[in-house]
Amino acid sequence: MRLIACLLAALLCFLPALSRAEGLAAQIVADNRAQIEKPSRQTIGPVIAAIAGSGDAMADDILSAWADKRLVIRKADGALLIATPEGPGLALMGLDGTPAGTATRAEVTELKPNAGVRGLIASALVQFTLTDPDPARRAEALSSIARDPSAETLAPLRAAITTETDPDLKAQKERLERFLTLRFDPDPTARVAAIESLGADIALDTRAALNPLLATTRMVVAGNVPPNIARPLIPGRDITEDEAYALLVGAGLAPARLSPEDQRAALVTHLSGGMVGGIALADLNSQAARDRAYTALEAAGTVPTAATDDEARAAVAAHRFVDAYVEQDRAVTDAAAAALARIDRKVALMQAADLGLDALSLAAIYFLAAIGLAITFGVMGVINMAHGEFITMGAYTGFVVQLFVPDYTLSILIALPLAFAITFGAGVAMERLVIRHLYKRPLETLLATFGISIALQQILKNVFGTQARPLTAPGWLDGALTFNDVVSISYIRIAIFVLAVIFLLFFLWLMKRTRLGLEVRAVTQNPTMAASMGINPDRINMLTFGLGSGIAGIAGVAIGLYAKVTSEMGADYIVQSFMTVVVGGVGNVWGTLAGATMIGSLQKLIEFLNPSNTLAAQTYMILFIILFIQFRPRGIIALRGRAAGD
Amino acid sequence: MKLTRRSLLASAIASAALPRIALAQSDTIKVGVLHSLSGTMAISETTLKDTMLMLIEQQNAKGGLLGKQLEAVVVDPASDWPLFAEKARELLTVSNVDVMFGCWTSVSRKSVLPVIEELNGLLFYPVQYEGEESSKNVFYTGAAPNQQAIPAVDYYLEELGVTKFALLGTDYVYPRTTNNILEAYLISKGIPKEDIFVNYTPFGHSDWSKIVGDVVALGADGKKVGVISTINGDANIGFYKELAAAGVTAETLPVVAFSVGEEELSGLDTTNLAGHLAAWNYFMSADTPENAAFIAAWKAFIKDDKRVTNDPMEAHYIGFNMWVNAVTAAGTTDVDAVSAAMIGQKFPNLTGGIAEMLPNHHLTKPVLIGEIRADGQFDIISQTDPVPGDAWTDYLPESAVLEADWAELKCGMYNKETATCVQLKSNY
Amino acid sequence: MTRSFLARNPSVLIFIGLLAVFTLCVTLMSEAFGAGVISTSFVKTLGKTLCLCLVALAMDLIWGYAGILSLGHMAFFALGGYMIGMWLMYARTEEIVVAALSQGGLPATPEEITQGIATQIFGVVGSSDLPVIWSFAHSLPLQLLMALAVPGVLALIFGWLAFRSRVTGVYLSILTQAMTLALALYLFQNDSGLRGNNGLSGLQNLPGLADTSQDLVSIWFFWASALALALGYLTLNWVVSGKFGSVIRAIRDDEARVRFLGYPVEVYKLFLFTLTALIAALAGVLYYPQAGIINPAELAPIASIYLAVWVAIGGRGRLYGAVIGAAFVSLMSSVFTSGRLPDITLGPVRLNWVDWWLVILGLTFVAVTLFAPKGIGGLFDRLRHIAPPDRKGAPLGPDDGAFQEQEAQR
Repeated sequence: MRLIACLLAALLCFLPALSRAEGLAAQIVADNRAQIEKPSRQTIGPVIAAIAGSGDAMADDILSAWADKRLVIRKADGALLIATPEGPGLALMGLDGTPAGTATRAEVTELKPNAGVRGLIASALVQFTLTDPDPARRAEALSSIARDPSAETLAPLRAAITTETDPDLKAQKERLERFLTLRFDPDPTARVAAIESLGADIALDTRAALNPLLATTRMVVAGNVPPNIARPLIPGRDITEDEAYALLVGAGLAPARLSPEDQRAALVTHLSGGMVGGIALADLNSQAARDRAYTALEAAGTVPTAATDDEARAAVAAHRFVDAYVEQDRAVTDAAAAALARIDRKVALMQAADLGLDALSLAAIYFLAAIGLAITFGVMGVINMAHGEFITMGAYTGFVVQLFVPDYTLSILIALPLAFAITFGAGVAMERLVIRHLYKRPLETLLATFGISIALQQILKNVFGTQARPLTAPGWLDGALTFNDVVSISYIRIAIFVLAVIFLLFFLWLMKRTRLGLEVRAVTQNPTMAASMGINPDRINMLTFGLGSGIAGIAGVAIGLYAKVTSEMGADYIVQSFMTVVVGGVGNVWGTLAGATMIGSLQKLIEFLNPSNTLAAQTYMILFIILFIQFRPRGIIALRGRAAGD
Repeated sequence: MKLTRRSLLASAIASAALPRIALAQSDTIKVGVLHSLSGTMAISETTLKDTMLMLIEQQNAKGGLLGKQLEAVVVDPASDWPLFAEKARELLTVSNVDVMFGCWTSVSRKSVLPVIEELNGLLFYPVQYEGEESSKNVFYTGAAPNQQAIPAVDYYLEELGVTKFALLGTDYVYPRTTNNILEAYLISKGIPKEDIFVNYTPFGHSDWSKIVGDVVALGADGKKVGVISTINGDANIGFYKELAAAGVTAETLPVVAFSVGEEELSGLDTTNLAGHLAAWNYFMSADTPENAAFIAAWKAFIKDDKRVTNDPMEAHYIGFNMWVNAVTAAGTTDVDAVSAAMIGQKFPNLTGGIAEMLPNHHLTKPVLIGEIRADGQFDIISQTDPVPGDAWTDYLPESAVLEADWAELKCGMYNKETATCVQLKSNY
Repeated sequence: MTRSFLARNPSVLIFIGLLAVFTLCVTLMSEAFGAGVISTSFVKTLGKTLCLCLVALAMDLIWGYAGILSLGHMAFFALGGYMIGMWLMYARTEEIVVAALSQGGLPATPEEITQGIATQIFGVVGSSDLPVIWSFAHSLPLQLLMALAVPGVLALIFGWLAFRSRVTGVYLSILTQAMTLALALYLFQNDSGLRGNNGLSGLQNLPGLADTSQDLVSIWFFWASALALALGYLTLNWVVSGKFGSVIRAIRDDEARVRFLGYPVEVYKLFLFTLTALIAALAGVLYYPQAGIINPAELAPIASIYLAVWVAIGGRGRLYGAVIGAAFVSLMSSVFTSGRLPDITLGPVRLNWVDWWLVILGLTFVAVTLFAPKGIGGLFDRLRHIAPPDRKGAPLGPDDGAFQEQEAQR
């Protein structure tokens, strides 16, 4: 298909090259106007090749404009023109390079080739762009070749290496040249050399270049033996007998087996006088009776013989089954297999590292969501079901700030303290108005804060709507820190991790090194005694609760940055957060850390073991937690002595 | 969904208080609107309620129907599936509506089905769904799988040359059935089973890093990978953010979504997502005079210049107008007469071309594929000729033998091989 | 015994009498048997409310009397519903499949019938095999047994584990909530074999009674629900009024002391936990055929919290309080979310009841917790002039029960 296109292109290229090529591209476009307006990757190839090969100086411009959705039809006269944005409107140019005035966007219809067609155009443009003076376009050409490697590009690519001045691009070109060599070079030794030069490079494109060499087909050995066998297959061990028999049927070496539907249909058609094969119709309500009836019909010769289980087993036993390489050259497949084995070992290690990073990142998110609770629940023993709504409030604060401060960096810097302030205030208000009265009735705190939670959630819904709101991270948090093609982590997750560490340190500092922390610990252990030492327990409780809520607000901004911002986002974290605190051990920030780490890693581990069902990971994780609490009711890091209380 | 039992007694109280006044009145034609106005689905369904109110208002301005005014009866099933059945019963027996427009999720439709089949009601269902159903009492104005999913996969196979597929979905019926059909279809197209990666995530999932990593790693064997996403609602935001962070561009790893439209994209910044795809029967960016008029009317009705239009809105627009024409043709609002008149109704799509109601109660619709633009709208890069909706997919062996035809065969589940009607009522 | 029991508990007779009168009234006003003033959908709603009252009774026993705030009882309720739903779906589908297969020329084999049922039920979620947990679904008695056995055994195992490790108070609440969440997530999965998010539907159509009008079916279920509620009330009243009741109230008030007195506290708790789970499951068995559909969202943790809310608003520690709370709150909820109450315009703001009802409910709940811990049931105390001790001022001793300033001054 592609070869034909190239031949056609070459033909079209050489014939008119005798005369003048100028205007030829425009002519080809005009001839194929209908196809160009509604292109399909399947059929447009020859047209693109013809334009690219026309030798017309405008060919490059036309194709580039087309790929960039800048080829437009002027609605007034139906003319096909190249448009360039100019101010609010468009500057137009004819396909032969003559300016054609200007137009507004409403006056033209853009041609919108799909991504497949754009890929073809980019491939066709390689001949222009591979040696283009602009390094950006050369890089584009390289990525186009990488996406769509073909034997034809090998020669121009090799030619382009020597003239390359940019060292980065040169390295890229050399690398690409090796990939093309190992696939398309006619000389096997050159291919093996190219494979071996790759070493244990775990990059995705290296594996993508090597793996196709090892593609196999599963087949029955019938007649001539395939030249390059990957491995023999033993039915019952490597493939099931049914699969093996299906291969035989596919190769026309055995009759197909009888399906229950076919059997049923055959019996119905041979029904006569209420009997089939000597068995009464009413008795045909079991599979065994039907088999007997069918065998009787077979014996009478009225239905085609179908393979029985024994026959099928014999047929399978009589044949050899193999996986055979598509690639015929043994040396190449051996070299590729060895290279991939080296790579796979390294990839497995890297995958473990990546899983570790993912687990760490999830643990950081859980920790951040739970640390506020570690204060209000862990230290004060107050169950705050509205904790999730404080997280939501923090995220919405971020959204509102971004409405007024368009600069994302600045808006986040404003949003973090503001979220703290707002949720701190909300927390203090809640403590003063409700929780203060319920310190002796913890179960009722749970229900009262639940009431606050549903009210807050509904208020947020009424104010901000049910639609998810955008909360956008600053540009410098876009993208990911990439170690190699396997191990990478997005900057936003690193930021969350850093934030979690900061809070851990802050919490430790606050509790161990400040007067407030001392007073908090005193009030928690024995409020009456603390009060007699001149500490105001009311004030301390209020501040502690506010602090826990404020941290939830900041966590909300962070969580909103990497996921969604809706009125229900907090509710998603509330049960998990309580688990984190309980599993870790109440009253100890290290416990919360341990809990988050355990839950995060466990969840990632289950996801790794069962990658197609994320829901299962969450289910089994919670089940594990329930069991864990049965055996360590006080959590991983349990307080001992009087502090443990009851 | 979360507030399960809170609205149990709702309307019935009101109905007990106002017994049977409705029977006496016949000076209006009543149109039931059964869309959630609260709960998790309110986000999507409220828009459809407003669309219906707009359409009814427009029709009344044109002089109503059969010389009577139309009256909307709006109820709130609160995203609570049992409540959908309850409200449908109430609409049919207490408010005596002549037709209902409603439901979004498949579960809600399945909840309503037994009630409307029992009481012989009429429902127009406007959302793309998984197929495998054709009820005598329902007209499906959204896309069946062959009007959205299959053409999108064809686009991948033919136009993008994708040979390895990742089917990512939220764990519920629509993605499950759609992915099942797609898997069978891909295998029939020669894609081996091991080249199809399937993953299901819970509603509102937010931790996507591992899944995106897994999908990127699929490219290691040198095949072109494409993602087919049936991820629903909010979860898309985290997913697309993670895609953008991982530097996944549409050139290397295209994502085609079946549940992401203009409305969903308004929740995130799309600059990094340009080029990813969505398949629908309608995009707001469709360049036709009908669409321009519809958008203008919608913005005027809702009094907000920033509101977007989407595919299910078009479905209601077509469904409502067809119903109006069918009632006019039948001269009555009687369900059986209108159902008979509905089949064969034609009405122009907003994207150009004509939609026709088929005997299997599905529409013919063109399939559009759009690329996400930086402004949250779509560039329509492919538009097919109208595709007739297929109630029973041809790619699953159990369904391939089934056919729905309410004009000739009078059966929604007809086995072509045994030439028998498997059942008259639907599965639910 | 019964005679003296009733004599000691006149409220039981009053309650059952009122319930009987109510049932009679509804029957006479229904479409099936009388005036037709009450629509069938409202009869169903009333029937469902009675089931909710029954599960609220169970919640009151475990929380109001024994002080165990379980946030898992709606899970048992839904499990009961799932179990009966399996039979309803299976039997109804079997009728269809047998009818369809008999048209095919040959009598159907058992394998074909099972396969046909599986395809019909699971075709929706892309599978065609009948999972193992459906093994008993063909038989109503077996499945009814399952409806009690599955929640009962789950409660027994969970309770044994939890009480054995002395998990109490808020920890137990969180743990039961985790159990509910895990169960809901498990059922949300397609692999669990209960149709994932789609759940089981069409449950209102009883197998073999396809031609019976829903008017009649709804009344039958209404009667069954009323009977179950009456029996439940009687049983629970009997449980709490004897010596057993005194022990569980003692456990609520001071678990350690009861243990020191030699009572096997864990056994008492386990018995109560399992008994209430069974009652909840029974309520679920009656509820879901009236609702028509069950899916995992029904057992989201929030449903169990709402259950606690009903009981708290109705008044903990008195059985009629739970019934009143469940009926009152679910009734009010429906009135306010029906979308039929006119919006209130307050200056520039329009107050839409659908939008603001949850806010009102939430705040009401806070107010009840703070100012009226006895809930609506407290009103009856007022009527009967039982005043709570007026304890004001700061406590004089270290314990909760210590004299308080103003009491001491009297």
